[in-house]
Amino acid sequence: MEKNKRVTNCKVVIIGGSAGSLQALLQILPFVEKPVSFAIVIVVHRKHSDEQTLESLIALKSKVIVKDVEDKVKLESGYIYIAPSNYHLLFERNETLSLDTSEKINYSRPSIDVSFESAAEIYGDQLVGILLSGSNSDGTVGLKAIQTAGGITVVQNPLSAEMSFMPNNAILHTHPDYILSTDEILEFLKDINKEE
Amino acid sequence: MIEDIELETLINDVYEYYGFDFGSYSRASLKRRVNRVFYLDGFKDFPDFLSKVRTDPEYCKRMIDEITVNVTEMFRDPSFYLTLRKEILPLLGTKPFIRIWHAGCSTGEEVYSMAIMLKEAGLLHKSILYATDINTTVLETAKSGIFPLRMIKDYADNYRDSGGQQDFSDYYIANYGFAKFNESLSEKMVFSQHNLVSDTSFNEFDLILCRNVLIYFDNNLQKRVVNLFDDSLAVLGFLALGTKETIKYSISQTKYKQFAKEKIWRKIKE
Repeated sequence: MEKNKRVTNCKVVIIGGSAGSLQALLQILPFVEKPVSFAIVIVVHRKHSDEQTLESLIALKSKVIVKDVEDKVKLESGYIYIAPSNYHLLFERNETLSLDTSEKINYSRPSIDVSFESAAEIYGDQLVGILLSGSNSDGTVGLKAIQTAGGITVVQNPLSAEMSFMPNNAILHTHPDYILSTDEILEFLKDINKEE
Repeated sequence: MIEDIELETLINDVYEYYGFDFGSYSRASLKRRVNRVFYLDGFKDFPDFLSKVRTDPEYCKRMIDEITVNVTEMFRDPSFYLTLRKEILPLLGTKPFIRIWHAGCSTGEEVYSMAIMLKEAGLLHKSILYATDINTTVLETAKSGIFPLRMIKDYADNYRDSGGQQDFSDYYIANYGFAKFNESLSEKMVFSQHNLVSDTSFNEFDLILCRNVLIYFDNNLQKRVVNLFDDSLAVLGFLALGTKETIKYSISQTKYKQFAKEKIWRKIKE
């Protein structure tokens, strides 16, 4: 890893991605062991008509339980939450998730920038943002917001990403704390909140 | 991004000066919406924005129009409409008269969708569709029944996925980039301004649709609004919400029975 910046007070890990990110998620999530001491929130671009297949697939492959995201669901550590198709996913001060059907951002709803910015506002330095494979620029502005609010940013190594545009764009415009392959992201997640 | 304290000041002022109460709106979304209009209208300092809102009622109206979310589509979530068409309308069809309320109808796409289904079920002549929103600008669009032509292909797909078998293009006339829906569909529609936060029940309905409106409210306001719907719903009437909304935190579950897998509940007792 590039830097030795330990993450010890993390409440939420938010992961964004687009084309090619499902493959990356499936190389990471099934190997995350329970219990996890933070909440995992996933915001990926998905088809408008995809109602539940992504949730079902990740629930099937992952040991960590996937909680159904309904409006105002409580965000708790130890679970995975997935932004539903056709809604923006937002974070509230009382640690609930809320949904919004307003205009698409970066041609996307859910938009990664929207969720990253919202999470950064609420969780500040207790947030880790990870941006995976994809072929549009969504996520870069959000990563910047996470960084500005004191959170840790991770970008998938473009060489290991099926689509390198999204991670490359983020690397070009922000200075992520880590640039990692999917294997390294898994190791990184395992070390979060671990004592020395 | 504007500050939390600035947002709270704005909420207080809008209530004090104009009586519109956004105090129970979900903050995450509201803050994004206010931030959006603040930059869209070229403001640099929050006090300037605040003073414009306070002193210019026209501008305040514009701001409220812009911060309320008005994204909608025809036959939004086709599987929901399929359930309405196959399961709910036949039940409503046994009544001599069908009263429907679209609460928070925005620009009306879902109201026209409902009218099309009622017409195809042979029920439109004995139905009345009340469509309300806090925003009078979107109600004008809804009344006109004119929607952008570029959306029509998606709507035709949704229509078909929701069980529609007619030629969708029979329902509108295309001209200059717009589609004007037939007036035979809007004959049974009544549009009026209604604020779910402050206004009361105004009729008794057999079906209330309020899709993707409650997501903008906090839990307390959701509870109040669901109770307002309860007051406005006949026994054995139906309440339909958006695909990610629920009444389970808002009202006794012994009173309502969820219908199929969709977000449709039937009121089973008074």
